[in-house]
Amino acid sequence: MEFIQLFVSGLANGSVYGLIALGFVLIYKATEAVNFAQGDFMMFGAFITLWLTNTEYFGISFWLAAPLAMLAMGGLGYLLDVTIIRRMFGQSQTAVVILTIALGFVIRFVAGAIWGHEPQTLESPLAHGDLAVGGVVLGMADVTIIVVTALLTFFLFQFFKRTKLGLAMQASSQNQMAAYYMGIPVKRVQGLIWALSGVVAAVAGILFASKGAIDPNAGLLGIKAFAAAVIGGFGSLPGALVGGLIVGVIEPFAARFLPAGYSQIAPYALLLFVLIFRPHGLFSQVRTKKV
Amino acid sequence: MSEQPLLEIRNLESFYGPIMAIRGISLSVQKGEIVTVLGANGAGKSTLMKTISGIMDPEKGQVIFEGTEIQGLEPHIIVKKGIVHVPEGREVFPLLTVDENLSLGAYTRKDTAQIAQDREMVFSYFPILAERRNQEAGTLSGGQQQMLAIGRGLMLRPKIMLLDEPSLGLSPLLVQEIFGILKRLNKDEGVTMVLVEQNARVALDLADAGYVMEVGRMVMNDTADKLAASEDIQRFYLGVQDDSQRGERRWKRRKTWR
Repeated sequence: MEFIQLFVSGLANGSVYGLIALGFVLIYKATEAVNFAQGDFMMFGAFITLWLTNTEYFGISFWLAAPLAMLAMGGLGYLLDVTIIRRMFGQSQTAVVILTIALGFVIRFVAGAIWGHEPQTLESPLAHGDLAVGGVVLGMADVTIIVVTALLTFFLFQFFKRTKLGLAMQASSQNQMAAYYMGIPVKRVQGLIWALSGVVAAVAGILFASKGAIDPNAGLLGIKAFAAAVIGGFGSLPGALVGGLIVGVIEPFAARFLPAGYSQIAPYALLLFVLIFRPHGLFSQVRTKKV
Repeated sequence: MSEQPLLEIRNLESFYGPIMAIRGISLSVQKGEIVTVLGANGAGKSTLMKTISGIMDPEKGQVIFEGTEIQGLEPHIIVKKGIVHVPEGREVFPLLTVDENLSLGAYTRKDTAQIAQDREMVFSYFPILAERRNQEAGTLSGGQQQMLAIGRGLMLRPKIMLLDEPSLGLSPLLVQEIFGILKRLNKDEGVTMVLVEQNARVALDLADAGYVMEVGRMVMNDTADKLAASEDIQRFYLGVQDDSQRGERRWKRRKTWR
């Protein structure tokens, strides 16, 4: 019983990590840059939803606020690419990394300036009650998070597999030069990938905020998600999700069965092992080019 | 030269970083023709192709396609005009299937029925691709990847196809096969081609006209037959050696254009 409860709550946490990791990988595959502000995107999406939903602010329906927040974060992602990231074209990867770290700081302080630094709770309809299945008591929020993540993953998979734009996104990330040769407007596609990862971050944020309080520093969760992405194999979308789930599941078990303090180390210890024994990650898509 | 050429290049100059890779090149291609550009490594052939397809911007000069200047336009706009570039070294999308690669070749087109028809056309020329249509392109052999790259280019239903060294890294037998298919495509489908090659023998065999490029300049221009018969081309590009009167080869011979 306890095992199942720990596992489900771990999966729910892991879903949030996985979605942030997905954002990392989306951008990395398309632009070869790591967006270290991805965690802060998540936090910002959560705050926009909270801002629109909570009664002390706008107080509109959550079901309207959530899509609006997703739209806003998508727009923010696209704008960031068009106005800032694209200008970094041709600069070293380090420059882009430092830029996105700085962006993360900016987003964090902007959020602090607007909404304050105190933890706040989203009045989410997802968070209510428990679900009792045959003696196992599961948090409704946990179950919802897992279901929403599964649905989002399914839609993303269909999008990448079936739509022309999805294919073009895959193509641009696998072979940018060839994408140009095919007449794919690569820059616009990259902007749309930034938008997509903004939307995914917003979903992650909404789910995260449904589980507990958020404050502007919630974005630091991105570091754990980054570890998850590396464990899964940077560059593999399913890998990012699975990496997130693994990290999420390890945490509660480590907290329950290991001495105090070790649960925080557990994900990074795993990261270390993966880097030593499978340096490309668990689900890497490394293929040598044929001549 | 009665009608207007399909593609015409006038005094093109292009830089590769600080290096002037193309130093004033002019070239013209008639509709339905296969024109080959020969040259050694570093002659600027690939730069020329990239400048036509918009991957690189020229410093000076014009690229005129169907009577309008297209130099310096974004690559996807040039593709929409009907110019497709089949790059050196295949450059397929390795993790996508053969089918998906072909679909991306038709990315700028919207006529679904026609696209399906063209896919069948590609499969009829390259039956091996039909066999492997659900396989990831990265798992194909080099020759199959080259076929896929050409097939993907055909999916645009191009008015002109720029082929950058399709023989690179392939066995002589495969080269024969692929060039045979290119010949049929030109004859039956009327595809105009610009073919950049180091393998002068097969290229001149296929082409109607040829240019010879050396360090960024065009040094010869004639019909393919005349080029193949010319002494310089025979000696420097086809490797033909005749015995000199003294019974030994002179170790160095000047090219007539130098």
